[in-house]
Amino acid sequence: MLKLARKRRQNEIGFGANTAINILFLAICVMCIAPVLLVLSISLSDEASIRANGYQFIPSAFSGEAYRYLLTAGDAIWRAYGVSILVTVVGTLLSLMVITLYAYPLSRSSFKYRYHFSFFAFFTMIFGGGLVPWYIVYTQLIPIKNTLWIMIVPYLMNTWYMMIMRTFYKTTVPESIIESARIDGAGEFRTFFVIVLPLCKAGLATVGLFCTLAYWNDFYLPMVFVNNSKNYNIQYLMYQTLIAVQNLLNASNAISNASQILANLPSESVRMAIAVISIGPIVLAYPFFQKYFVKGLTIGAVKG
Amino acid sequence: MLNFCNIYLYAVHKLQGCDKVMDLATAPNKTAVKKIKKKGFLYQLRTQWPLFLMLLPGVLILIVNNYIPMFGIVIAFKRYRFHGDFFTSLIKSDWVGFKNFEFFIKTPYAWQMTRNTLLYNAVFIILGLIIPVAFAIMLTELRNKRLSKVYQSVVFLPYFLSWIVVSYLAYSLLSIENGLINTSILKPLGVAPVEWYSEPKYWPFILVFFQLWKYTGYNIVVYLAAITGIDPEYYEAAEIDGATKLQQIWHITLPLLKTLMIILTLLAVGRIFNADFGLFYNVPRNSGSLQPATQVIDTYVYSALRNTNDIGMASAAGTYQAVVGCITVFTANLIVRRIDKESALF
Repeated sequence: MLKLARKRRQNEIGFGANTAINILFLAICVMCIAPVLLVLSISLSDEASIRANGYQFIPSAFSGEAYRYLLTAGDAIWRAYGVSILVTVVGTLLSLMVITLYAYPLSRSSFKYRYHFSFFAFFTMIFGGGLVPWYIVYTQLIPIKNTLWIMIVPYLMNTWYMMIMRTFYKTTVPESIIESARIDGAGEFRTFFVIVLPLCKAGLATVGLFCTLAYWNDFYLPMVFVNNSKNYNIQYLMYQTLIAVQNLLNASNAISNASQILANLPSESVRMAIAVISIGPIVLAYPFFQKYFVKGLTIGAVKG
Repeated sequence: MLNFCNIYLYAVHKLQGCDKVMDLATAPNKTAVKKIKKKGFLYQLRTQWPLFLMLLPGVLILIVNNYIPMFGIVIAFKRYRFHGDFFTSLIKSDWVGFKNFEFFIKTPYAWQMTRNTLLYNAVFIILGLIIPVAFAIMLTELRNKRLSKVYQSVVFLPYFLSWIVVSYLAYSLLSIENGLINTSILKPLGVAPVEWYSEPKYWPFILVFFQLWKYTGYNIVVYLAAITGIDPEYYEAAEIDGATKLQQIWHITLPLLKTLMIILTLLAVGRIFNADFGLFYNVPRNSGSLQPATQVIDTYVYSALRNTNDIGMASAAGTYQAVVGCITVFTANLIVRRIDKESALF
């Protein structure tokens, strides 16, 4: 036997198959990461080198000009970044509240109408009115179009996340605890906030991260409802920027001599720098995201 | 525009033995039912008002966000005019019957977008079944478990990027003047640069590539979760009986994944009329010349409403999608019920 191929443990695949799978996955991993690295290196490229050689993984000349530009002249960008942060934080908190409150009565077997309210939420997943009536509701019935609220309200209630939360309650909170709290004289709200929620911290984290990701990555609501450039979030601003760098300058009110700046604008690298700063928070929080997403997907597999 | 992947969450959730949402017949126990049955809704409301109060915010949002728009479907049968508030506009607008639909069907786009939506989704469903299952099995078989975890983390990353960011990545590869493919691959080979954003023939492949790029990692995690839930004793017993690895995969892993695979596929089939707006609108940068290959129902409705402001056309297309989509969901569910009653949605 070759010393090199370590002795097979019981029921393992052969050395050849193992190597082949490793090579395949290395290739796939490169495919997943390479485009992100490309955008990062374009954002750090010198504008002249882009013009000469196009986008490259290792640019012939590095430059931090794009980021310096963002720091000094990127008012519109930082404003959009702030809008994104605000909407994500407020949206996630409100949405968590709505979802956890709605899921709780549905998890209680003593609540007679739990199936009716499950169905009430579930039916919206099967049938919807489509974009047009939905658009008209938010422009005429509740005119929050063009405000920050339009980027929060439509995503507050999510049936799928609500069902995950309900499963969390069912598997982690024994009915007997709720019963004993009731006998000790705690009201429903007290039981919920003091006993049930602290037991479901993992559930809150999971659903909270789902909501955070949905709000941070959303471009659809501003695309449909927001015309006022002051209320663009970072995703929508990026969409506009990819279409025309000119829009960026129009959106930036602080700049008066726009044409002169346009001439000196490190446009290619700036675009990519915006993409990099928009991915930033997700990459930083990635370990948490991954842990809780996997948990959310496997929830229920643990004995409850 | 609900995330396609939520379906998977729901399926996993169902598989793990959670109760049926719509099974009104199931009740906790018989004596309790008898007691409650005598008391009506008002009695429940009075005694359990805190629970009803907890439901209230969610109910209000569902009404505004989902139920009122459902009734707004009549807009498709009217010539909608803005008369002050929502309800007066709705009532005062004239009925036009099926006129909007007639106009819609006469446009050349109706067939084109239906074909694109169905074909793309069919490809996504097939590849989205085979590739993640194969990869998930390979990952579990890897000898080095730590490497397997690393691969899983890296492949999962694209799921967390927004479609806008993905469209930037696509642009950095495909840009005509500066894109990596044109400048660093085709140019050294002596091939003339390709105008990616104006030639529709490449886009079926590009769109399928990015859809797989973004969602494969997520689907792998879903199947991995199901595989790790399989009792290792099965494999131990099979090995004692002399089964090879491939035989174990074929006779143990795949049969045990079958239910999950069927449910996920049928759920996706149920949503075959709903396209991923982010993919089809942003990645091609809404380029007009690409429309034959990239126009789907969702992008058409959006453009009709926001770019040409044609409420009649947009609402006709939207209603068509909602109704046909609803029918496919029910049909898919009917089929699931036939195969396996437990895994049916309702």
